[in-house]
Amino acid sequence: MSLEKELFKKKNGNAAPLTPEPNLPDRHRRGQVWLLIFQAATVIGIIVLTALLLNIIDSAFGYVAYESKKDPAQFIVDGVPIEEQTQEQLVALLQAQLSSGAFNKLNNEKPFEERSRAEVYALVVERILKYDVIASWSLTDSLFRRAAIDAEVQELLVEHPRLELKFVSWLTADFISRPQSSEAVTAGVRTAIFGSLLTIIITILVAFPVGVGAAIYLEEYATDNWLNRVIQTNINNLAGVPSIIYGILGLAIFVRAMEKLTSGVLIGAADPTTATGRTVLSAGLTLGLLVLPVIIINSQEAIRAVPQSLRKAGYGLGATKWQTIWSHVLPNALPGILTGTILSVSRAIGETAPLVVVGASTAISFDPTFFSRFTTLPIQIYQWTSRPQDEWRHLAAAAIIVLLVMLLSLNASAILLRNRFARKY
Amino acid sequence: MTNNDYVLETRNLNIFYGSFLAVTEVNIKIPRHKITAIIGPSGCGKSTLLRAFNRMNELYAGVHTQGEVLFNGQNLYDKNVDPVEVRYRIGMVFQKPNPFPKSIYENIAWAARIHGYKGNMDELVENSLRQAALWDEVKDKLKQSGLALSGGQQQRLCIARAIAVRPEVILMDEPASALDPIATLKIEELMQELKQYFTIVIVTHNMQQAARVSDYTAMMMLTGETRSGTVIEFDETNKIFTRPSDKRTEDYVTGRFG
Repeated sequence: MSLEKELFKKKNGNAAPLTPEPNLPDRHRRGQVWLLIFQAATVIGIIVLTALLLNIIDSAFGYVAYESKKDPAQFIVDGVPIEEQTQEQLVALLQAQLSSGAFNKLNNEKPFEERSRAEVYALVVERILKYDVIASWSLTDSLFRRAAIDAEVQELLVEHPRLELKFVSWLTADFISRPQSSEAVTAGVRTAIFGSLLTIIITILVAFPVGVGAAIYLEEYATDNWLNRVIQTNINNLAGVPSIIYGILGLAIFVRAMEKLTSGVLIGAADPTTATGRTVLSAGLTLGLLVLPVIIINSQEAIRAVPQSLRKAGYGLGATKWQTIWSHVLPNALPGILTGTILSVSRAIGETAPLVVVGASTAISFDPTFFSRFTTLPIQIYQWTSRPQDEWRHLAAAAIIVLLVMLLSLNASAILLRNRFARKY
Repeated sequence: MTNNDYVLETRNLNIFYGSFLAVTEVNIKIPRHKITAIIGPSGCGKSTLLRAFNRMNELYAGVHTQGEVLFNGQNLYDKNVDPVEVRYRIGMVFQKPNPFPKSIYENIAWAARIHGYKGNMDELVENSLRQAALWDEVKDKLKQSGLALSGGQQQRLCIARAIAVRPEVILMDEPASALDPIATLKIEELMQELKQYFTIVIVTHNMQQAARVSDYTAMMMLTGETRSGTVIEFDETNKIFTRPSDKRTEDYVTGRFG
């Protein structure tokens, strides 16, 4: 009997409908096993991610015991404690307690009359009272080991009589708006946020047009010869080069060779005697190089995914190559190109190693410009986590939350932008 | 017929895919304002020959062409001829409808705009859609995506788009093979309308279609040692289907082969 007949007979030969195949349960079972494996992989991923987030949050909130260097009680004037004194009284206090040089310097930065009372009070806290963190606890300890904390505080009180215990969030509005400082109590991330944003702007401005341009050339114009194949292979390899190598490249090219340009001396934006190439511009260009191969590869994929029939439709109407690319290939590839750009820029925002090599500073207390020394959030976090005192690790946790929020909001806006293009028709 | 009655003429046309000779020694003359069908079994080079008429083959890697294709007496493959200009004068409709993912209006307007059309665009769009027998169906939804139309409507949109740039010749590569019989009939009726303005060359698998719509028919077949496609017979459609002079043509059109 031929195979065909046999199959036919099997299907139609007996009247009983749907006789189960003997190996069907086995086939189903195999599928179930794979399903379980995939589900387990997803669950593991979620557990790890949750653990990471919990760990960060655990460090970002909790009890802190701190003590001022000077007793606030000694500054009580006419029974009015320092917190309730007027601006004039606080300024007078500053003048009395600081050296005249330090006082004048503050006044030169911004005259005291123009400062708000809150600002002056912050100066008093920072310059005169000088709170020191004596001990700090994580969120879990604060919530579940309150008794132990109290016991520890009792011990500490022997040495630090003015010790205050307070539940704090290390992530506060002040933390975001204050510049970097050498004191944990007054340190903030504003300068690092600005540094990150400026760096990323340069990265996008450089990498997006160059990357998309290269992708268009390679996909639409380049013929399939050995030179272009070599270029293509190299781009693919460059995407896998460790980021620190790009840092070394950036150091050699942007910081050293192009110092005149990247320091801003060439356009008169910086003082030639003190300016160096270790600027926001160099950092942005280095990260631009870093993400360029990824943007090129992703853009190529997106361009390749545009159906060939659209190109032929364009050419068949007598359109030139560029008219076809501009009107049909690019608009249809744009969502894919943007996705690739979003992913690679997210990577650039979180980069630390190449910036360390390029010469990121850590203590930047002024808002950076394109031609100033720079720090970024990841650099700041890296630097803080490597300090021995506990309080800096709490600050690093708070900074990580800031970085995550910044990343997510940049991604969200880019995705919204992408969906707008994708929804056109 | 005088030479002026022919819009396209091939002379010793050979087309290679790499080193493989796909189409060989084609010598035919396409009459003006007529419909010429190219028929033959699968893989005999019908579409390749069609694409040679507007240099579309150059978009396929490894294809090169020998011989001449004369368009109103001028060789399209001369060094100083721009292929973009060729495709402007000799338009093309593809096997699978391929409207742009833009509005119906934009599909046609873009075609005109790229050639610098400065006249009344609304009028041009309406005229093109009327000529393509699509106006009544889409006049209320010109802003909708061309992809929202049915397959047959999409193909007529592609025809409207092709005629919006006012070519002299329209090449159609199996324009109805992806359509149902009713949509096919509409396309065929449309071609009869259009031939007063344009010369049409159509590749088709469907011999009834060739017999129904075309005035002239080129019969292609694989021949020789190299199994290259060539036109074995070119004549009035009537004659090809009733009194073919080549035995192979007779076998093919009567269904004994192919």
